Amino acid sequence: MDDHIERKPAKIRLREIAEKATQDAWEAKLRGEKVGWCASNFPQEITTTLGIPVVFPENHAAGVAAKGGGQRMCEYAESMGYSSDLCSYSRISFAYAALKECPELNIPQPDFLLCCNNICNCMIKWYENLAVELDIPLLLIDIPHLDAFPCDEDRIRYIRAQFDDCIRKLEELTGKKWDEERFKEVMAISQRSSRAWLKAVSYAQYTPSPYSGFDIFNNMAVAVVARGTVEAAEAFEQLAEEYEENVKNGVSTFKAEEKYRVLFEGIACWANLSYTFKTLKNLGINVTATVYGPAFSFLYDNLDELMAAYSYVPNCNVFERELELRVNDAIRHKVDGAIFHINRSCKHWSGTLYEMERQLREKAGIPTVVFDGDQADPRVFSEAQYLTRIEALVEIMEENKRKGARK
Amino acid sequence: MLGVDIGSTTSKCVVMRDGAEIIGSAVIPVGTGTSGPARAMEAALKDAGLTQADMDVTAATGYGRNTLSEAGHVFSELSCHARGAYWLFPGVRTVLDIGGQDAKALSVLPGGKLGGFVMNDKCAAGTGRFLEVMARILDIDLDTLSRLDLESQECVEISSTCTVFAESEVISQLSKGTKPEDLAAAISRAVAFRGCGLLRRLGLTEPLFMTGGVARHGGVVRAIEAELKIPVHTDQRAQLAGAIGAALMAYDKITREGE
Repeated sequence: MDDHIERKPAKIRLREIAEKATQDAWEAKLRGEKVGWCASNFPQEITTTLGIPVVFPENHAAGVAAKGGGQRMCEYAESMGYSSDLCSYSRISFAYAALKECPELNIPQPDFLLCCNNICNCMIKWYENLAVELDIPLLLIDIPHLDAFPCDEDRIRYIRAQFDDCIRKLEELTGKKWDEERFKEVMAISQRSSRAWLKAVSYAQYTPSPYSGFDIFNNMAVAVVARGTVEAAEAFEQLAEEYEENVKNGVSTFKAEEKYRVLFEGIACWANLSYTFKTLKNLGINVTATVYGPAFSFLYDNLDELMAAYSYVPNCNVFERELELRVNDAIRHKVDGAIFHINRSCKHWSGTLYEMERQLREKAGIPTVVFDGDQADPRVFSEAQYLTRIEALVEIMEENKRKGARK
Repeated sequence: MLGVDIGSTTSKCVVMRDGAEIIGSAVIPVGTGTSGPARAMEAALKDAGLTQADMDVTAATGYGRNTLSEAGHVFSELSCHARGAYWLFPGVRTVLDIGGQDAKALSVLPGGKLGGFVMNDKCAAGTGRFLEVMARILDIDLDTLSRLDLESQECVEISSTCTVFAESEVISQLSKGTKPEDLAAAISRAVAFRGCGLLRRLGLTEPLFMTGGVARHGGVVRAIEAELKIPVHTDQRAQLAGAIGAALMAYDKITREGE
């Protein structure tokens, strides 16, 4: 295809794909089809093969927060009687299920729920609560936390049995039929998408990186909602091509001088995205490593590997393996430091975060900093505290560079 | 050189000559957004017998660092505390700084550069503000609170790490007749344990030096020594460490540029 000039930039295509996925769900709802609310790391091969429209409460909550509605929705959930200690995504979800509309972003109400606890074990309670409140069915694929890498045979069989059971139940629930040929096709497309996504993300290893690390937070939405579609695969391939082109031309979507390169650990502070990003940008800090590359790519060559791949999600994988991924990324992507977001909402991530920080600091030999925040509730974030920590990190990175230059 | 540390609850200022000696200083017990910074600067200059026009360089640090129009240089308080502590106590490897609203453990490289740090989480538990709240409940001033632990006969515990919850705990202990000196010791230990937690997360290398307003609180210093079983060094001027560090870092910069 030699239409580089005419075709839309990949980021526009990706945004349109994400919007279209929601639009498709709305249209399906209007046609009388059943629409599901689905966990971000649920095996999308099932819903895509069956052609079942789903939307993603995590993405919805992030979108609402990014557009400024996070605090209002969280406060509404609290006024309903939910504790402010609950995950802010779940609070936004509870508020939305009750209010049915939100000026920042709307998604169709669910007829059923698809939960997969590989990204978060507490999510089961969130979805169970929605199922009771809305009186709709909940299907769960339980993926046990790994205690060793790779995933063992017993776990694969356990996941596979649930995978098959879920297909049967969804057939009953929606009247749609499973097609093995279509499944093979979806798996192939998903692989193509995942590889292209990983390839695009990997260009951050170049100096300067051809893209701003915060782009990942936006682009990853498509890796969640439309990984099994040809459009997504093509858009990710185009994204990789654009980044490659940027590398050749020495340009970047990071519109500042890339003085420092960092690893960013944790979910973005969606409600404070602009401040958190601009503070880094003003100091010349580009994010060149995140866990989101591997987190939303599921690589497999056969059915067993597909089952195993869903246990390699960050909050399901064994700690040592997760550490190894970050250390490798930190080294390969030549980071000068790491920024850890200790996310008030995320009990699971917080559980290992300080240890991850300590070990990454030692193993990668880089300075690290932890800041308090939240994925969607802006009340838990302090601009002044964030700035102090980031500036101190810069002073250490600057000194390290000076020492490095002297050597 | 003028170094100003505009904290959350106090403003500190030092006037230094050639990065070698302090010739004037002041601590004003109000912080950013108040008249504190200006008053601290005025008092420190007066102490040195100089005026702002005599200053070759002015540097700011602390939460209010970006609000000081006179500042030609701005540094993070973490680097400044490391640098200032090293100047006050050459050879220091670890600094525990407990200020009005935050607490931080710093590892210091030879020469006084910041090697790494960990900070308290968002709440004010285990900081100077915690001590102020507790002194108010006990109806004593901070200086008295900082010595009262010496008279303690009985060990009581303040188990809550939340300032608001700890306040209720102290009130309920008082109403049960617990002696203020025992509570003073418990309050010091509560702050000390939070600080020790940060030091353990950072990885502690001796010697340990304490800076910030809480370094003047003998009870906390003693409680940290008892908990870690190592000496905690400090200095009368430890509260000025941030301001000293700011002045020195600015001095480093201008002398490096001059080379």
